[in-house]
Amino acid sequence: MKHLFRACCSVLLLAAPAAAFQPSAQGGFVPVTPLTAAEQLPAAPLLITAYAFVWVAVLVYVWSIWRRLGKVEHEMHALQQRARRDSR
Amino acid sequence: MKKLFTPLLLIVAAMFAYAPVMIANAPYESSMGLVQKIFYFHVPSWFVMFTAVFICGIQSANFLFRRKPSADRIAVAAGELVVLFGLLGLVTGPLWGRKAWGVWWQWDARLTMALLLELIFIGYLLVRKYGGPGSEKLAAAMAIFGMANVPFVYVSVNIWRTVHPKTTVVPSLVPGMFGAFWFSVLAFMLLFVLLLTLRVRLEHQRAALDELYLAEEDL
Repeated sequence: MKHLFRACCSVLLLAAPAAAFQPSAQGGFVPVTPLTAAEQLPAAPLLITAYAFVWVAVLVYVWSIWRRLGKVEHEMHALQQRARRDSR
Repeated sequence: MKKLFTPLLLIVAAMFAYAPVMIANAPYESSMGLVQKIFYFHVPSWFVMFTAVFICGIQSANFLFRRKPSADRIAVAAGELVVLFGLLGLVTGPLWGRKAWGVWWQWDARLTMALLLELIFIGYLLVRKYGGPGSEKLAAAMAIFGMANVPFVYVSVNIWRTVHPKTTVVPSLVPGMFGAFWFSVLAFMLLFVLLLTLRVRLEHQRAALDELYLAEEDL
């Protein structure tokens, strides 16, 4: 019980100064133009994402064509070999 | 075309390596600043997409009315590239718009029509893949319908109220922007020729494989 009482007192003593320095609630909004540089949405990540996406999409597409071509050519080769074997 | 392929590949690689240098040296736009440089990849993507739509549409008409199988092979190759370059435009556009307009997307005439054009060609590829026998004719009709949509997409910014910049932006580019822009357009066009050549070759090989299977069945 004593411990609980001490803990409550400590919390109250520590919270009192914090409450005293708390800013008052905002009653209204004040418009500001232009926005400070630190608050603005940075353009560089958007630009880099756009360029990176173009590169990655094109490379993935080239890879997909290469893969499909390889598959078809492999199948053709296998078929030709089978036809040659059957003709013997 | 086989002889030209390797030199073309090297030229495209060199142009894409040099394009960022030209774009970085181009002047900043006064109201949008750095993010406006997305323009140098965004607009060429749409130029290539429109070119691919016309190739797909004209070759589809060739296939439908003249019964040329080789035209159908070019059409399907171009159709796939329509989707690829449309996707590039649809992804780079919102990245630009987020900074320039404060939103990723607006349901205005230009953006909505561009999305619909992309969806028509995704539909074209799906019909070709899962439509079963005879679906290439239905897909060809879809491609012609998609091609008819292009002029409306292009002039939409001049007719309807939209947040998107107008078509007058390109002819009014200042010299520093003009060079970088047309260099990017040329690089994208050459890349398109390269990819189309590769993709058409895949279609020819598939046709040759089908013929081999048919010949085997006959034996």
